[in-house]
Amino acid sequence: MGDPFGLIGRWLIDLVTGWGMEPEAALTLLRFLGAAILATVLLLACFFLIVAERKILGRFQDRYGPNRVGPWGVFQTVADFVKLIGKEIVVPDGIDKPVYWLAPLLVVMSVVGIWAVVPFAPGFRGTDLNVGVLYIVSIGAIGTLGIIMAGWSSNNKFALLGAFRAVAQLVSYEIPMVLTLLIPTMLAGSMGVTAIVEAQKDLWFIAAAPLAAAVFLISSVAENGRAPFDLMEGESEIVAGFNIEYGGLAFGMFYVGEFLHAFTVGVLFSTLFLGGWRGPGAETYPLLGLFYFFAKALVVWFVTVWVRASFPRVRIDQLLALNWKFLTPLALVIVALTAVVDKLAAEQGWSQLLALLAANAVLALGMFAVLGAYGRSVRKREDSLRGNAAALPARSAR
Amino acid sequence: MTVLQIVFLVTGLVTLLAGVMVVASPKLVHAALWLIVSLAGVAVLFVLLNANFLAVVQVVVYIGAIAILVIFAVMLTRRVMADSGPTHNPTWWLALLSALVLFGGLLALITQLPAFGATEAALPAADSLTDLGTSLVDVNRYLLPFEVASVLLLAALIGAMAVARPASEDEEGGA
Repeated sequence: MGDPFGLIGRWLIDLVTGWGMEPEAALTLLRFLGAAILATVLLLACFFLIVAERKILGRFQDRYGPNRVGPWGVFQTVADFVKLIGKEIVVPDGIDKPVYWLAPLLVVMSVVGIWAVVPFAPGFRGTDLNVGVLYIVSIGAIGTLGIIMAGWSSNNKFALLGAFRAVAQLVSYEIPMVLTLLIPTMLAGSMGVTAIVEAQKDLWFIAAAPLAAAVFLISSVAENGRAPFDLMEGESEIVAGFNIEYGGLAFGMFYVGEFLHAFTVGVLFSTLFLGGWRGPGAETYPLLGLFYFFAKALVVWFVTVWVRASFPRVRIDQLLALNWKFLTPLALVIVALTAVVDKLAAEQGWSQLLALLAANAVLALGMFAVLGAYGRSVRKREDSLRGNAAALPARSAR
Repeated sequence: MTVLQIVFLVTGLVTLLAGVMVVASPKLVHAALWLIVSLAGVAVLFVLLNANFLAVVQVVVYIGAIAILVIFAVMLTRRVMADSGPTHNPTWWLALLSALVLFGGLLALITQLPAFGATEAALPAADSLTDLGTSLVDVNRYLLPFEVASVLLLAALIGAMAVARPASEDEEGGA
């Protein structure tokens, strides 16, 4: 039981080479096979994720959620899927066909592609890129491209407006996300995801960088486009959003992409900040590592669903102001502070954890002081406006 | 011919064809999308050269930013979507000729290089990514260009804000 994943891999290679294949070709074949299996398992997992999320949301909103198909409604997604397959594919007039059909593929690809660098358990991962963290960012950029392609090719002004909005949101929130991704990179001294998990042997990075973890989680939820940041879709304003002209399984792909992305956020957060597969006994029993990995990811995923159920949608100006006036400056300060404190601690022989924690605490106090002062000034201005509203021009009241 | 060489040839062909389509495609948005294919091809070439970092940066910087470029293209062409004017003018053969001459010259120069036709050298054992990182902060290597570039980018950032700022700041209530 020491190394079940290595055993399976060796057994497979022996099997294929036993059929008369060259070792190099066998390895290539197995890589392709592994990628296909991973992607298929992920998309099948969406059946479970979607029904679980709907059940949890139902409970949060004091109702049962899906409860008709199968025991406790667990086969609801299967029924929905069959319905989506059975629907006629309505192709709107005047669309740009190749771009229109490529867009949902790119969106799903950008989510599934992230999983290529995630280490599931010791010795069990897709690939170990030495630029893994940057790879995650670059794959996300392709999803943004898919959304603008969907919006433009649909030949629908609401779809186009929705895509503009989505890209404004995704491109803005990429900045704090990338900046906070630098923190695990700095602490581990490597951009490889496997090396980051290795570096969390003694200590999870969330303990050394709680603020960075929080900023990363917020911007990841925004990247995913879910409540409270679900402005990519606005039924009352832009009819639906960038995917308005898609029906049947093409719409289903955007839908699956969103739900899978939600779980991927949990996976990334637990890998970068919660130690990935690390846990008691995971070194000796890799299967236990797999369990820890999914347990942590599910906990973070549950938190994002919890946030989704609890907060109302923000306005577009609030969304952009939160990013540009709060998260981005904060992330910049965190990066600079962590770099300096980490180096100082190493040189002066301070405890790295305590130094970083103290820096985070000071930064959090400063942040709350600035936010409090800003809130007071806004309230003061509003009060004064209300006091002599007639004397001031109306447009300055924002 | 090895698998890598086939991949290289196919990628090179796709990159070049996409580059031609960028200038030949009548729709501005299509041109931008072809540009993405071309740049993605360059990223694959970087991967073939074992330059993972450059490949990923290529995707982040170019393909990520091109979403914005496509938006601008859409905003600029929304009214003239039906525009189907000629994509080339009568002197296109001159451009082709100069491109061919340039290519021939480069080819002649490159074949003179002593390293031409050499087999792939084994990469140094040290992590090339770490080497790249340290070379950017090493006084003897690329510290100065790196810092000058960062100051230039900062200046551009501030300049963009100054340009985008509304002129009548005082009337806005100083918010």
